Amino acid sequence: MDLTGALPKQRHFGETTRSDPWYLQPVLVFLGFSAFIVYSTWAAFQGLDATHTYFWYGGGGANYLSPFYSPILFGSNDHPGFFGVIPSWWPALLPFSPAFLIMWIPAGFRFTCYYYRGAYYKAFWLDPVNCAVGEPRKSYLGERYLPLILQNVHRYFLYLALIFIFILGRDAWDSLWFTDYAGMEHFGVAVGSLVLILNVILLAGYTCGCHSLRHLVGGFLDAKSKARACATCYNAVSCLNARHMLWAWMSLFWVGFTDVYIRLCAMGIWHDIRFF
Amino acid sequence: MKKVTFKIWRGDAEGGELIEYTTEATEGMVILDVVHKIQATQANDLSCRWNCKAGKCGSCSAEINGVPRLMCMTRMDMIPTHQPVTIEPMRAFPRIRDLVTDVSWNFRVKQKIKPFKPRTPDAPDGTWRMQQEDIDRVQEFRKCIECFLCQDVCHVLRDHHKHEEFIGPRFLVYTAALEMHPLDTEDRLPELKQAHGIGYCNITKCCTKVCPEHITITDNAIIPLKERVVDDFYDPLGWLWKLLRPKG
Repeated sequence: MDLTGALPKQRHFGETTRSDPWYLQPVLVFLGFSAFIVYSTWAAFQGLDATHTYFWYGGGGANYLSPFYSPILFGSNDHPGFFGVIPSWWPALLPFSPAFLIMWIPAGFRFTCYYYRGAYYKAFWLDPVNCAVGEPRKSYLGERYLPLILQNVHRYFLYLALIFIFILGRDAWDSLWFTDYAGMEHFGVAVGSLVLILNVILLAGYTCGCHSLRHLVGGFLDAKSKARACATCYNAVSCLNARHMLWAWMSLFWVGFTDVYIRLCAMGIWHDIRFF
Repeated sequence: MKKVTFKIWRGDAEGGELIEYTTEATEGMVILDVVHKIQATQANDLSCRWNCKAGKCGSCSAEINGVPRLMCMTRMDMIPTHQPVTIEPMRAFPRIRDLVTDVSWNFRVKQKIKPFKPRTPDAPDGTWRMQQEDIDRVQEFRKCIECFLCQDVCHVLRDHHKHEEFIGPRFLVYTAALEMHPLDTEDRLPELKQAHGIGYCNITKCCTKVCPEHITITDNAIIPLKERVVDDFYDPLGWLWKLLRPKG
């Protein structure tokens, strides 16, 4: 059944008879992902300075924590985490930022996500750069062998990402409580609260539309009518899954913007407006 | 009537080239009409495979301006005509002549997939009982007309020629239709992982984009099968859960 000799020769990289601007999609994906990777890496390294806390904003009694740093296990001098400032076990030679302990989880979840895989295989690996367009490499291993066989770990990142939704939900709830000069907490709503609430909504929409979750809550069954709860969960996840790409992009943009908003407020460049 | 230039691949298994033909075409025409017109007026020996002319037989698959499509379902007003329109045979299969390719590899692949194996009948008269909602999921896969456009656009077959190690999106859909059927009792996951090479799919969704029946191939068939393979071969917690979960 070997057809190799009978098939047309493999095209060169970029060779195609497509007449549409096929290069636009991978270029836009490349720019979008690159911008986020560069910004989030920069933002994570900003936590190296334990004397300045730009990942947390407490002006006007607010309590906004950047999602890149939440949960804050180890914080800064003016906003220590649950366990203090710098973990004692952290190697002295390595720089430490609180984000280093956190960001690998959402990063791993997105890196192994089925939507992102398809998108970055095209935009970064060029494998293929787009449908029916020639590729740069002749050999191909796919996700069948190392290293990409490790993408099968996705469901484990999903479990961790689901925990993060509750943590970020708690952060959004905390953003609705403002501390006055007497130390009393009052319910209120500010622009920052809305930013954090929308952040957790978008991240929940993305996480709960995950293909692995869709499988785990009911997709594994052939006869869902015998498991009513599974069928309901499966239908709900399928509903979100149908727009998984949209949720992925919206949540990616908004989680970055949430960090930008809190950072600029903490730096005094932007001023948070409180509605009540 | 507007004059449009077409570049049609002419040749055979040994090789060929794009030959230009100019003919009058109107918006209501489909590419297959144009090919037939050129065949009738300018190139009587032009070969193309076609049958129903209604997007249901899956015979007239080709690459129009580089995109795998059914010639009978591609209207002239769907494609730009200010530049020559290219019409080529599918690249994932051996060429026979002009626009005709040898797709018999697909039928040999289908024979390798374990057939439907229903459980014992539910009723004494040899019939089964199942809920509509359980069968809804696989109904989508049964819309497939076997045009093999998904196989053609899949870079694993098209560019990397993994025909011996990978069955391609069409047969992953076929396997999904069997594997997710509420009556089926066969286990096809070991073959999916090894001989049928599901791991080669890197989820580019090109197959979904070209499907003329709009089957959500990647999201509804391939990824769920990949997840089932993960269940059986890559998930230690899943193995533990299968051991400990309440039976019944």
